This record gives sequence, structure tokens and C-alpha cells, in this order.
Amino acid sequence: MSPAIDTGDTAWMLAATALVLMMTFALGLFYAGLVRSKNTLNTFMMCIAAVAIAAVTWALLGYSLAFDGEGALIGGLGHVGLSGVGFEPRGEGTIPHLLFMAFQGTFCIITVALIAGAVVERMRFGAFMVFAALWSVLVYAVLAHWAFGGGWLAAQGTLDFAGGVPVEMGSGFSALAAALVVGARKDYGRQALLPHNAVYVLVGAGLLWFGWFGFNGGSGLGANDASVLAFVNTLLTPACALITWFALDLIRGRKVTAIGAATAIIVGCVLITPAGGFISPGWAMVLGFVGALPCYFGIQYRPRTRVDETLDVLAAHGIAGFTGILFIGLVAQFSWNGIADGLFYGDAGQFWSQALAAVVTPAYAFIATFILLKLVGAVMPLRASEHDEALGMDVVYHGEEAYVTGEGAILVMPEDDGKALVADPG
Amino acid sequence: LKLVIGIVRPEKANDVLEALYRAEVRGVSMSRVQGHGGELDRVETYRGTTVQMGLSEKVRFEVAVSDEFVQPTVDALCDGARTGEVGDGKIFVVPLEQAVRIRTGESAEAAVTPVAKR
Repeated sequence: MSPAIDTGDTAWMLAATALVLMMTFALGLFYAGLVRSKNTLNTFMMCIAAVAIAAVTWALLGYSLAFDGEGALIGGLGHVGLSGVGFEPRGEGTIPHLLFMAFQGTFCIITVALIAGAVVERMRFGAFMVFAALWSVLVYAVLAHWAFGGGWLAAQGTLDFAGGVPVEMGSGFSALAAALVVGARKDYGRQALLPHNAVYVLVGAGLLWFGWFGFNGGSGLGANDASVLAFVNTLLTPACALITWFALDLIRGRKVTAIGAATAIIVGCVLITPAGGFISPGWAMVLGFVGALPCYFGIQYRPRTRVDETLDVLAAHGIAGFTGILFIGLVAQFSWNGIADGLFYGDAGQFWSQALAAVVTPAYAFIATFILLKLVGAVMPLRASEHDEALGMDVVYHGEEAYVTGEGAILVMPEDDGKALVADPG
Repeated sequence: LKLVIGIVRPEKANDVLEALYRAEVRGVSMSRVQGHGGELDRVETYRGTTVQMGLSEKVRFEVAVSDEFVQPTVDALCDGARTGEVGDGKIFVVPLEQAVRIRTGESAEAAVTPVAKR
């Protein structure tokens, strides 16, 4: 008989699951602020579509492939359609299996939504939904199995607390592939394409940080030491990343930018995601200060290239996740995590385990996403027409606008009972 | 002395500015306006309320020019704003009674000639 359910653990994990789901909507707000006003709703809707699609694919198939059995490359089909997922804990867990499934499902959802950042303002909504459904199973579930579900990465010792492999590197390097396959926006490199609402960006970043306490703090899978450590580190690392960002902004432009600050929050949260429960709070602060550097310069460099990876998912998630995964290999401390030491504490092998994950994950995410999108593209167009792109995705795909004045809008009455609705002219 | 008014698509505004710059037309005002031309109305739905958007967003350029600059300005507006679809906009050229440069009090042609030109 496996350990009994712990009600304290269960209560925290219920709350943490809800916090992580909220992050996808916070991401929608963050992304919506970063695009032009004519694409606000479409950008947000990509995140909402990710919730709808990934929740379903996860329950039907993804969860089973990620968490059924100990296969090296991929899980089994034993939990397809949630069969055998009930109130009993999974393995050594102390929370209901069903809740574990839902918690992991919210990770799959936000990862799918993250990739939208690479293709906003020009990808067809329908094509994105098809891509999201396939990606959530063929890429996310596979990476989640490797890192969390007993696959070969976890088996050879890679430490990944809350998703540096499947979520952060998975989304970041997939985003690069998606941007390359879908192609740049029509006006990219010719016109200034500016964020239309910096306040959305800040509020979105703040809500993401808030939700991240559930994301990292819940990845101890209970109200335990690892969760507390990750929770506290989630406070410290982004704060330190913010300070680094402020300093770099000041040195380079003499002004501390608000959108830069919002970006720094995301980068800090991503940096600590893989390392949360494994490194001391002191090293978490170092990670924030130092780890922000490659991400900052990645974001400065990318717009000078022809690659329209629009919202910098690669720099903010891919590079930050890569840095965090490697950092564990240096400074993990047995005295804090009870599992392993890093290079600085005497175990060089741990660093090589981390480095292996940091090489293989980006390669798989990039190649698999590239092929997947090429296949989807062979069946249906991935991009909106130039005309539609100029008009804006909101009107084209949703028939709504984010900032509608109502001037000049003529009410269309339903055909049949239209007469009854028109006031009698007398 | 003429006032050239061009009403164009918002997404072509940057192209128009570029074309005007190339035509060495320097003094320009622009504003966001809403208007209706021959284009088909967009239909939008908000929670079951379906509306026909009779007005679409346009950008209105106003350029006051001396007579020999009228044609280059009109050409620039056409080149920059044309997509070939209904809804590209209109250009109106109207006579201008008077123009005054506020800083110097110069009037007429001198008021609409860029300082660097003299």
C-alpha cells in the first residue's frame, strides 16, 4: 500500500494548480500588451486556445505518454483517457493521482501558450490550434516524460525541479523553430512594431510572478521542504534579475525601462524554475544576478537578425531555462535538497548530467517542432494573407476589436423577428 | 497655394510618410479619422449582438503646398496609399486663402516653404 493521502499536501496542491492555470491568462495579458492594438484579442485568444486544447489532449493522451511507466523515451498508454487515474496517490505521492494529473496538465497548457509568442500577428488561428494539439502530445509529453515521468534524462540523474526541460527549453527552442517556419511579419524590419500597452505587460508579468509561486512552490508536490525552498527562491531570483536588468538598462540607455522590468521578472522566474528546490537561497540570488545577463543580451541581439521570434520566447525562456539547468549542476547542495551535490560541492558528474539535458532538449524541441510545423503547413496555410495581416488578426479571425468605440456601428437585427425588435415608428 | 487632403488606410500611413519624404514634401499633419467609402461593411459580433461597422479607421493627411508642389504631393499620396482594393481612400485638393508661419509672421508661399529651402 502506498503512503496515505496527506490533506495538507492536497490542499496546497489544489491551490497551486489553480495558480498555474492563472499564469496562462496572465501570459495572455503580457503578450497582448506587447503586440499592436489590432492584434490584441488574437494574441490573448491564442493563450485561451492553449487552455482549451492542451487540457483536452493532456487528459486524453498526453498525460499517459508522459507519466505512464518507466520507458526510456516515452511512457505507455495505460492512462489514456485518464483510465486508472483516481483518488489513490501515484507511486510514493501523498496527493490524489487525479490532482497530480491536473497539476501537470496546467504545465502543458502554459507551455503551449508560450510558443504563441513566436508567431503572433501573422499565424492563422486555425493552424495554430491544430499545431497546439499536436505539439502538446508529440513534443511536450515526450519532454515531460524524459524529465519528470521516469524517462532517460531523469534516470541518468538530470535534476529539473519545475520544468526547465519540458516547459522552458521546450517552449523556447520550439518558438525559434516556429518563427523560422512561419516566417517574419510583413512589416518586420521595415517599420517600428511597438508594444501597444505597457501597463498590460506589467500587470501580466506581475500576475505571472504570483502564479509562479504555485508553479515552483507546487513542484515539491506537497507542503514540504522542497516546496518551501522553491517558493522562497521564486521571490529572490526574479528580484535579483530585476536589479541586473535595471543596471544594464541604466548603463546602456540611461533609463530604466518598464517593459524591460516586466521581461526581467519573467526571466528571473524562468531561471529559478529548474533550480528552485535544489539550490540555496544565496545561490538563487546569484543565479538571478548573473543568469539575467545572457537573456538580456539575447533580447538586445535578436531584433537585429532576420528572425522575427516576435516576443522573445527563446531569450526569456529557452536561454534562461538553459542557464538554470546548467546552474543546478554547479551549485546544487545535498544539505539543502537531500538529493545531490553540484560541481562546487564535489560532484562533477551532476554537471555533466545537467549539460546533457541542456544539449538534447533544445535539439529535440527545435527539430520536432520544425518538422511538425512543416507537416501542418503542407496540409493548410500557416500564415494569414498580407491583406489580413494589414487589417489585423482581431477583425479577421474573431470579428471583434479590443478597443471599439461603437461609432458608426449599425445594429443588425435577427432576420426572423427583426420587426418585433424595431420600435414602432408610430 | 493649395491644401492637399489625403484620406488613406492606417496601415499605409507609414508608406505615405515615406513617399512624401522622398518627394521632399516636409510640412505634414496627420490625424486619425473614421469614415465610410464604397467598401463593404465589416460584421462584428459581441456576445450575441451583431453589428455592421459602417465606419472604418482612416488616417487623414493635410499638406499645405505651393502650386508647383501639388502634383508631387498628390503622386506621393497615391503611390504610398494604393493597394488596389476598395477602401484605399481619397485625395482632395482645395484652394487655400492664406497661410501664416506663426514664428515669423511670414505669409503665403513663404509660410509653406521649408526653412532649409531658402
